[in-house]
Amino acid sequence: MKDWLTVAMPKGRIFTEAVEMLRMAGFELPPEFDDSRKLIIDVPEECFRFILAKPMDVPTYVEYGVADLGIAGKDVMLEEERDVYELLDLQISACYLAVAGLPHTQMNDVAPKIATKYPNVAAAYFREQGEQVEIIKLNGSIELAPLIGLADRIVDIVSTGRTLKENGLIEYEDIVNITSRLIVNPVSYRMKDARISDVVERLTEVIEQEKVVK
Amino acid sequence: MSRLFMFEKPLGMRDTLPNLYMMKEEVRLTMANEMKRWGYQFIETPTLEYYETVGTASAILDTQLFKLLDHEGHTLVLRPDMTAPIARVAASKLLKEKLPQRLAYSANVFRAQQREGGRPAEFEQIGVECIGDPTVSADGECLGLISSALMKTGLEQFQISVGHIAFVRSFFQEILGTDERVEQLMRFLYEKNYVGYRVHVDQLSLSSIDKQRLKQFLKLRGGPEVIKEAEDLLECNAGVEALNELKTLWGIIADYQQDALIKLDLTLVSHMSYYTGIVYEVYAGNVGFPIGSGGRYDLLLEKFGKAKSATGFAIRLDHLLESLDKPFEQPPLSCIVFSLERRKEAFMLAEQQRLEGKKVVLQDINGVEDIDACSALYEDITYLVGKQKEGSR
Repeated sequence: MKDWLTVAMPKGRIFTEAVEMLRMAGFELPPEFDDSRKLIIDVPEECFRFILAKPMDVPTYVEYGVADLGIAGKDVMLEEERDVYELLDLQISACYLAVAGLPHTQMNDVAPKIATKYPNVAAAYFREQGEQVEIIKLNGSIELAPLIGLADRIVDIVSTGRTLKENGLIEYEDIVNITSRLIVNPVSYRMKDARISDVVERLTEVIEQEKVVK
Repeated sequence: MSRLFMFEKPLGMRDTLPNLYMMKEEVRLTMANEMKRWGYQFIETPTLEYYETVGTASAILDTQLFKLLDHEGHTLVLRPDMTAPIARVAASKLLKEKLPQRLAYSANVFRAQQREGGRPAEFEQIGVECIGDPTVSADGECLGLISSALMKTGLEQFQISVGHIAFVRSFFQEILGTDERVEQLMRFLYEKNYVGYRVHVDQLSLSSIDKQRLKQFLKLRGGPEVIKEAEDLLECNAGVEALNELKTLWGIIADYQQDALIKLDLTLVSHMSYYTGIVYEVYAGNVGFPIGSGGRYDLLLEKFGKAKSATGFAIRLDHLLESLDKPFEQPPLSCIVFSLERRKEAFMLAEQQRLEGKKVVLQDINGVEDIDACSALYEDITYLVGKQKEGSR
């Protein structure tokens, strides 16, 4: 009997690209997959169970082993620092983490403030720069913070730069490039060795092909 | 900080209530008996140790240590593992006879958790240390003992992955040259970041053959054939010794007839500096974390003044219980409810039943408010109440 594999998929931006990639790797995923509102989708033909989670939570599901595999952005991996294997760079959903703010502004000398969804990454970055800053955690619409004076700078992911532009913000520094990763629970990596290796090999092939096309 | 509720405990500390206690005790006894059958002797060491000695020698990160000061101002730690304390005892007391020492323990260890307040910061480990025997036979014995003890607990699905730190080091050293570069690359393995590993390898100024060898290294996982694959990656003698050890080890576990439970994984780096040779982790179904780990640590005893080779393992009892996933069966309890007039009779009956091996509760009837609720708790209940000599109500 084949082992079932549970895969934690991030809802939203990465989801479509990740599904497309799995299909290219030859996994038969049903068509209703794309616009289902279900949180758990079983694909018995492939012995796969997909769970749809908030992107930030994917590494948590995988670390605790309730999902064997997961697809998570490197931004989330850096922020969460979960004890999981980061096996493949899927090269999808490319973007980067950047420091942004209003044009022609300096950081406040008295009490520099940074608003972000990634407090750990932001704190680590400014510590490395030797800057002492106050980190303010927000859960979305980070661009608001400098506009209404909550923070001098924001740390956020940038993919096209449109959101920043539309809100009159500019990038000051790039922190790190981000792509999505295939992550694996350390126990599953051993106990379901054969199946996981199969997934990894098939995905690797797709990544290689994509590289050639590009 | 908000005012504490009276029932609160420090972060990560847990109470063990009767049912869980009994389950834990049963598993602990099964494991301990097996260890004793293999000739390991149990010892105890203090909960508090000096930070400067055991604290710094331990494999656990400094940020995870619970520290406090004694009245003379020395920094103390709550022991974060049992290996370092046992190394301390062995080096100072036990190793005088120059014979290998086989020691075992089951004890609570303390590790502060930064994330998720509910994760246990105190948990029980049961394990062994085989000190003063540098042969692979000692490592093999540990693996054999783990499998045999776990099987006795009724654990059906588990696997041990075995790696070799000295192989990783010498293989990397041969290609990369400096210790610093070796450490850098090993850190990627330790952090389980294979993507970062490959990117790092690509950026190194190495021949494409060497880069390929380093990437191929990540695939060294599986059965005994892995040893051959690893040999093919070598270009000189560095690492051969380690691979020969693994060959010997495989022979040993085959002789224990436990090779079905064991896989090789040469990418396993479970600690940056502590282990020196064969290392392993134990995995079981139902639990997302390893239930145990171990390996050879030839440099630890030196820190306590005796350069001796040693190897050992520890199993986390809480993770093991979780993976056993056995329903709890309350052992049958009897109860004798008595009134003062028949107290002596009740005591004698209880003593007799206890001699038969039953677990008997003696309950003064005046101490119970709801007699029906009380009788519902027990398998069988005897009433020795009132003046008449005969019968139970």
